[in-house]
Amino acid sequence: MAEYEAVIGLEVHVQLKTNTKMFCSCKNEFGGAPNSHVCPVCLGMPGVLPTPNEEAIIKTILTGEMLECQIAPRCKFDRKNYFYPDMPKNYQISQYDEPLCANGAVTLNLLAFPKDVQNDPKVAFDKKIRLERIHLEEDVAKSFHYETASGIDFNRAGTPLMEIVSKADIATPEEAFAYLTALKQILIYGGVSDADMEKGQMRCDVNVSIRPKGQKEYGTKVEIKNLNSISAVRKSLHYEILRQTADVEAGVPIIQQTRRWDDGRGETFMMRTKEKAHDYRYFPDPDLLPLNTEEGLHQTAKSRLPELPAAKKSRLVAAYAVTEYQASVLASEVALANYFEKAAATAKNKSAVANFLLNDYFATGGDIENIPVNPEFFSELSNLVEEGKINTKQAKEVFPKMVAENKAPSVLVKELGLSQITDTAALEALCDQAIAANPRSVADFKAGKTNAVNALKGQVMKLSKGQANPQVVGDILLKKLSA
Amino acid sequence: MSALYTESVASLRRKLAAKEITAVDVADQLLARIEQADGKLNAYNFKPDAAKVRAAAQAADLSKPLGGVPIAIKDVINVQGDPCTCSSKILQGYTAPYDATVIKKLREAGAVLVGRTNMDEFAMGSSTENSSWGVTRNPWDTDRIPGGSSGGSAAVVGGHEAFAALGSDTGGSIRQPAALCGCVGLKPTYGRVSRYGLVAFASSLDQIGPFTKTVEDAALLMEVISGHDPKDNTSVNRPVPKYTDALKQDLRGMKLGVPKEYFISGIDPEVEAATKAAIEHFAKQGAEIVDISLPHTEYACAVYYIIAPAEASANLARFEGVRYGNRVKNPKDILDLYRSTREQGFGPEVKRRIILGTYVLSSGYYDAYYNRAQKVRQLIKRDFEQAFTKCDAILTPTSPTAAFKVGEKTSDPLQMYLADIFTIAVNLAGVCGISIPCGFTKSKLPIGLQIIGAQWGEENVLRAAHGYEQTTEWHKEVPQI
Ligand SMILES: [Zn+2]
Repeated sequence: MAEYEAVIGLEVHVQLKTNTKMFCSCKNEFGGAPNSHVCPVCLGMPGVLPTPNEEAIIKTILTGEMLECQIAPRCKFDRKNYFYPDMPKNYQISQYDEPLCANGAVTLNLLAFPKDVQNDPKVAFDKKIRLERIHLEEDVAKSFHYETASGIDFNRAGTPLMEIVSKADIATPEEAFAYLTALKQILIYGGVSDADMEKGQMRCDVNVSIRPKGQKEYGTKVEIKNLNSISAVRKSLHYEILRQTADVEAGVPIIQQTRRWDDGRGETFMMRTKEKAHDYRYFPDPDLLPLNTEEGLHQTAKSRLPELPAAKKSRLVAAYAVTEYQASVLASEVALANYFEKAAATAKNKSAVANFLLNDYFATGGDIENIPVNPEFFSELSNLVEEGKINTKQAKEVFPKMVAENKAPSVLVKELGLSQITDTAALEALCDQAIAANPRSVADFKAGKTNAVNALKGQVMKLSKGQANPQVVGDILLKKLSA
Repeated sequence: MSALYTESVASLRRKLAAKEITAVDVADQLLARIEQADGKLNAYNFKPDAAKVRAAAQAADLSKPLGGVPIAIKDVINVQGDPCTCSSKILQGYTAPYDATVIKKLREAGAVLVGRTNMDEFAMGSSTENSSWGVTRNPWDTDRIPGGSSGGSAAVVGGHEAFAALGSDTGGSIRQPAALCGCVGLKPTYGRVSRYGLVAFASSLDQIGPFTKTVEDAALLMEVISGHDPKDNTSVNRPVPKYTDALKQDLRGMKLGVPKEYFISGIDPEVEAATKAAIEHFAKQGAEIVDISLPHTEYACAVYYIIAPAEASANLARFEGVRYGNRVKNPKDILDLYRSTREQGFGPEVKRRIILGTYVLSSGYYDAYYNRAQKVRQLIKRDFEQAFTKCDAILTPTSPTAAFKVGEKTSDPLQMYLADIFTIAVNLAGVCGISIPCGFTKSKLPIGLQIIGAQWGEENVLRAAHGYEQTTEWHKEVPQI
């Protein structure tokens, strides 16, 4: 059997976060009653004209900047002509041959990959997926079909939509997964979109073909639609690559077609074959002047460039002495990184704060958007440990209450009666007590089994009801036993 | 009281200010005139509602620039709460949900809106014969067409069924009917008047403009309807001059160009003679006549009939019966709904242009037609830029012939297209132009003179037109209806 490789390209549509629609002043908002955010312009009434939304243009340029694109100094809007009830004017204002952004790339990273391949040595975690272009257009309405009629809700019609087209650089379903995860991360970083695929804020069409390894020419391309999550993209690609491979092996030619992913059944189904390409008769929209981005718009977008995940990660390692891994996780979400920076602000051991946040907090099942805790409490808690006021075991007792009640750790320590015994005289008495009660361990220690000191330490901790400072106890025991 | 309905807007304004008459007198006389004349002209698709017009006249603020002045509107401009049929069956039942920007401006200026005037369907035509409301008749000879596409607006002003009217001009649709009906019609510079609310035919060519009885009235209306509109991306943010001030200067010292390409075969001898006489008149009044050349004139018609239908094919795609207007009963499916609604709703000329436009934009033809046409359009634009380095305005005939008979050219679309041969280049170049009366044929049909100005050259155009008008008598003739 020949070995095959997949060639994958993604077209991602992203809803932009703006106050108003792309070409009118209706609210860009979802969840309202059907047709409650509409006006003559977005309903395509006779005689109306579009006026471009600068915020959407700025956000598209910002995306281009974040993704290393070339920004067109001048571009235009075109009309894409086709009849569809979702489209009020029966043409869509889009960009054809002069997109706002060209080229660029999304750089993958380890954490963007699915967890189950993060240890796979064969995966190139830092691969660059090149982009073809990014352009801006208007979204269409939503249709609803009933038994004898159809209804159209135009609330979404005319909202700004950005299309990001990758080159066919993606070779595996996992890379597709990582591409979408990394892209989403950057979109959220820039405040461009919330990019939630389940909510339709990010929509993805997949193009996939296979070819024998080493072959230059591409195989016949199949498009997959109805992908409502990043993992659905991965699953559908696995399915589709197997299906195409089986067909090719069986001598069945692949036909150019569009297939629909059925997430419940885990299969793709043929929707339509592409007998001939649709002729959209693009031409420059005469209602809209050519766009000059060179000065105002591009400058504004540049001024909004955020620190991107890779840069943030390096800075966290340098400034907070957290581990590479901690920094990657923190930088994977801008909200998480921001919270961490506040939480670690006055901490002596910032890596400990990262641990509290990444391990202990997420173990409670909480998320970062709704974290109820004053971030300063993280510093306070870790400093109590650093200063020997409580031990780590006690800190783990304080933590859930700190999260549940949003109370200062110092207050909780008092409430729980947890202050650690560091008074040497008191601890010496307890150590003597433990030595006297455990002659066997003492004998073991003297016979060279130095580990035996831990058993004694455990006894002292027990006698102190867990409040003894374990480090101080260890020191005292060693001194006494070696004497 | 003498017949008020023959007055100009400026003269009405003077009489209203002097309290010689009231706005209600004006409205009443006009309503009576419409009752008397419109049965013969069929110029209004929707005649004014008498009660509403009287109430509006009563309430009119006479201190405003057009306070109490009734103005008719071409049935292609949205007036909130009114129908706006574009003389098409496909828009039957549509009620405009908003005011066009020009309508807002007219209301703010105190004007009283009266009725909606007939036109060629979606402004496609030169005779107002392509109308689902039937043909409008020329006030000077009711066997003849009024020109088009704004034939209704030209006929109501020329036939004194309105003091002034708004029309739209894509390739001559204001100037040509103004010439044929013996009134003044001005096509402003592209970007001067907001297109918001004008049902688009060809977006890069369309402009709204006034029909009036005098040049002074055209200046008055231009002061009201011009100006930047944030709702129209193609409208230009540039101060609006006080156009009436331009009328204070006479013709002495003006440089007027005469392009040799506009006096060629095909032009009616009576039209040619009247135009040449007008040019001589300008010279006598102290203007300097200079020979100029607009070398790409011969391509204007071809370029126009690629660009305009291309834009129209997309602009008219929204008319399919889903959201408004006419819709066929019991379609089989959505495609059938589209096809049948459009099949039944559009007239033959509209269909012809949609097909033409769809064709020239099709893949494989785009470069050969649309793209090449845009390049030639740039050359035409440059012709005018160069010409205006030598003169302040250009004099040409408006139309190669006077009004032709109803039905005379309906079977030959190409002949009909030639009716706009002298006006089309002005739209392609985005410059401005006016048509004013400059004579009559032996059979008493009006002849129009076109005065073309540079981009933003309205003041020169108005000055030249006014200077001519004030030293001639043509505009004072009133047709017998
Ligand atoms: Zn809207």
